[in-house]
Amino acid sequence: MTALTVPARPDKDDALRPVPWRRMAGITWRQHRIALAGVAVLLGALAVYEWLTGESLHHAWVAVITCHPASSPACQNLVRAFPENFLSLGSLLQVVPALIGAFVGAPVLARELETGTFRYTWTQGFGRWRWALAKLALLAVVLAAAAGAFGALVSWHYQPYFATGNQALGLPQLSPFDSDLFSLRGVALPAWTLAAFAIGALAGMLIRRVLPAIVATLAAYAGLAFTAGLYLREHYLTPLVTSNPNVPGTAWIIGQWWTKDGRFAFANPPLSLLDQFCSAGPGPSGKGGGLLFSQCLAPHGYTQRTSYEPASRFWPFQWIEGGWLLALSALLIAATIWLVHRRAA
Amino acid sequence: MNVVEASGLGKRYGGTWALRECTLEIPAGHVAALVGPNGAGKTTLLNLAVGLTAPSAGEVTMLGGHPAGSPAALDQIAFVAQDTPLYKTLPVADMIYITRSLNRRFDQPYAKARLDELGIPLKRKAGKLSGGQQAQLALTLALARRPRLLVLDEPVAMLDPVARHDFMATVLAAATEGGVSVLLSSHVLTELERVASYLILLSRGQVRLAGEVGDLLAAHRQASLEDLAMAYLRETQTSEVTR
Repeated sequence: MTALTVPARPDKDDALRPVPWRRMAGITWRQHRIALAGVAVLLGALAVYEWLTGESLHHAWVAVITCHPASSPACQNLVRAFPENFLSLGSLLQVVPALIGAFVGAPVLARELETGTFRYTWTQGFGRWRWALAKLALLAVVLAAAAGAFGALVSWHYQPYFATGNQALGLPQLSPFDSDLFSLRGVALPAWTLAAFAIGALAGMLIRRVLPAIVATLAAYAGLAFTAGLYLREHYLTPLVTSNPNVPGTAWIIGQWWTKDGRFAFANPPLSLLDQFCSAGPGPSGKGGGLLFSQCLAPHGYTQRTSYEPASRFWPFQWIEGGWLLALSALLIAATIWLVHRRAA
Repeated sequence: MNVVEASGLGKRYGGTWALRECTLEIPAGHVAALVGPNGAGKTTLLNLAVGLTAPSAGEVTMLGGHPAGSPAALDQIAFVAQDTPLYKTLPVADMIYITRSLNRRFDQPYAKARLDELGIPLKRKAGKLSGGQQAQLALTLALARRPRLLVLDEPVAMLDPVARHDFMATVLAAATEGGVSVLLSSHVLTELERVASYLILLSRGQVRLAGEVGDLLAAHRQASLEDLAMAYLRETQTSEVTR
């Protein structure tokens, strides 16, 4: 066998310039094209579904609001036919960021560490922390952009449910803070996708195995999403408090209680009090009861107070959520890169 | 110039020292063989030298003072790890693309000619190549970077005799004709006889012997590198057992 001669290396080294960042684009594409294609197929299929169902939803809505006179039987039929079963896909879409984070984010480092290829990659001239930074930043930007586009489509799809005046027409009226949809619209969806990706990257670096890292990412993401939706979001801005019982249907009701003489009386009127003052009215039933209670309790010095987030705060809330998620993602990615930089292999 | 300079170098994993008190100078221009039984600390020393691992004690510099793992060191050192890790799902052509992209210098014509000569198709996935071909691919990618120092960790352990011979022939050609310094670890002593001109003997995480092969043979009155290593390893093992 004839061994080819190895070319002699030039003795004089040109000044040591780092390998250009842009070269990571082609590498990232070659290594993650299957994962990115998976994301494209998932988002593409969901987008087609959202588009088609959204079209018919918008048509139905336009038909209702342009129907005159609104009280005519024909118009009432349109209102009855208006699709109400809108949330099924909404809650299903919650898993989209989690899936993207787990299946794209977690393998980025876990696969290198699991298969040992980090020994090849991290000893090349590019340098390991630069490699990690370039790869994570590129993927993060691509995924956030895709999620942002998809989020815009979801926002458009659900628009008819958020229109003011739906209630008057007998149409379903959603608060823009609706917990199923808030994180799927605006800047929240790309921010949550970014957070899931960053969680996945760090989990992969810490756990060093693909499957356990995917499971850990899903669990951590679910924990974060539930915590944010149930406990954090309502504290972004101090709720407004009103004694007007007619809080708009688009508002997010945080809490309700009763006061007497300016002091807290009770959260819910005790039955004894209702028997005493409201026995003439209809029994304590459902939501409408609140108004009626306030009518019969008000003359006795009781005032119902409601704390709520008005619909106009939708965008401030979106930016607050997007902001802290972006900061969290940056922190997690920085931690991942730092671990790549210093971790003893 | 020394390709490796270590002083008081040590690496601890948990409570055990994989390598300790390692002080070493390997001059350029050699094929230096790092020899020792399994678990002697060979891989640890090489990982420290290429900057994959950070030392727990002491320090190691490469190619005349560049800290291990620094950009200048990475640029001039090509490393082929144990079991020659490659992206198994990617075609050979993509491995060439990635290696070229990740380095300032890459001799693509050399890489293509060499793979052509070896009969390794560019379209085949790296994972579908035979063990010998994978090792040759990893070596070709490393040499196409035109390194000053080539570091190989147990390069022939998994190869059959023919593949071993071919692999070592390529390494030797790089060293003699291309002027590349080589540092390789092995526990297969017979393979080293033909190629090694410098020997570092490790056992139990410590350097027992280091020097040019000719000098060591003369000083210890041994006929071959294998005899020398065997005698020395037996000695250190017995002394440690009886102690």
